[in-house]
Amino acid sequence: MNLVSTLGARTLEVLRSLGHAAFFFIDLLRATPAAMRRFNLVVVQIHAIGNLSLVIILASGMAVGFVLALQMYYALVTYGATESLGLIVNLSLVRELGPVVAALLFAGRAGTSLTAEIGLMKAGEQIAAMEMMAIDPKSRVLAPRFIGGVVSMPLLAILFSAIGILGAYVVAVLLIGVDEGNFWSIMQARVDVWRDVGNGVVKSIVFGVICTAVALYQGYETQATPEGVAYATTRTVVISSLSVLGMDFVLTALMFSTG
Amino acid sequence: MTKRGIETLVGLFVLLGMAGLVFLSLKAANLGSFGNRDGYVVTARFDNIGGLKPRSPVRSAGVTVGRVTSIVLDGKTFQGVVTMELDRSVQFPRDSSAKILTSGLLGDQYVGIEPGGDEKNLAAGEVITQTQSAVVLENLIGQFLFSKAAEGGSGGGAGK
Repeated sequence: MNLVSTLGARTLEVLRSLGHAAFFFIDLLRATPAAMRRFNLVVVQIHAIGNLSLVIILASGMAVGFVLALQMYYALVTYGATESLGLIVNLSLVRELGPVVAALLFAGRAGTSLTAEIGLMKAGEQIAAMEMMAIDPKSRVLAPRFIGGVVSMPLLAILFSAIGILGAYVVAVLLIGVDEGNFWSIMQARVDVWRDVGNGVVKSIVFGVICTAVALYQGYETQATPEGVAYATTRTVVISSLSVLGMDFVLTALMFSTG
Repeated sequence: MTKRGIETLVGLFVLLGMAGLVFLSLKAANLGSFGNRDGYVVTARFDNIGGLKPRSPVRSAGVTVGRVTSIVLDGKTFQGVVTMELDRSVQFPRDSSAKILTSGLLGDQYVGIEPGGDEKNLAAGEVITQTQSAVVLENLIGQFLFSKAAEGGSGGGAGK
């Protein structure tokens, strides 16, 4: 009997926190139009979230492009199909690796800083002070960060894929000596703008919403203590990463299962 | 940092992202090659389309002149009806023939158009009547075995 009631209590607890998060998300969406009017706040957040993540995204994209090209070359050279290297690198980056790895890096680089910033604001009672002055912290503090994250994420994922393909070009064509014409023309013949590139962008927008919303929620609901902020920051990375990976599977199944 | 400086950096970031998207669309995908130019649609009926898929290329003399837009089965004749969109700048005579070919040994299948000698050209919506189906490896092997067996049978008969 004790076991059953514990299970019931746990279930209710999970449902309550899910509902809480859902209401938070709806409030956040409701606050975004007001934040669009104060666009200078959004610009500052795009700078903090997007521009400052650029270096790690570009470096990782380049590295992923390098190693993909090297590994694919060793696999393809046995079949004499090294010209398809560009195509494989392109499809894997544009469809999967670009959005997913960029989102994981985004959660680690930008998500944590959002959670820590808002958590410390809360710990320093700045959020409560704003409410005292009848300023809605959701539209003044959270919404500009949300828009900044949702705008930055697709741009970062696109740049990740683009620099990865350039990295593969450097390794495959310039270093190994795969034919340059084939490298680009097979890619152009087989990669579709809407189906492959477009769906990749849609994925990255979804991941941007997930990562930013999770980071903001964890920061906003943190316990106002140093341990609480540390705990919330960890949870941001764990929850964002797992949600991105799970959501990626669902989106891939929806987008690429047919045909 | 000044407000102006931040705005410039954000502008650069957005421009860089746009440039990345343009690069992905034009250099690394098919937007630049074919697809957004307007073309004209012709259909062809094949007994067997093999591994042809929508978006497979249509080639003439090895040059890509169009794409397959859809493939359906005709319920009455049980033939595969392949609809393709050809580049408007390329016109073929009316009696041109269509074949389903394979690029290389293991490559993709595509529709090859061989121009005929008719004075009139194929117009939009017309049907290519002369077609040659895809080569199905199993049928080919079957024919080969059959002819070998027939050869062996007649050879054995002559030995008696």
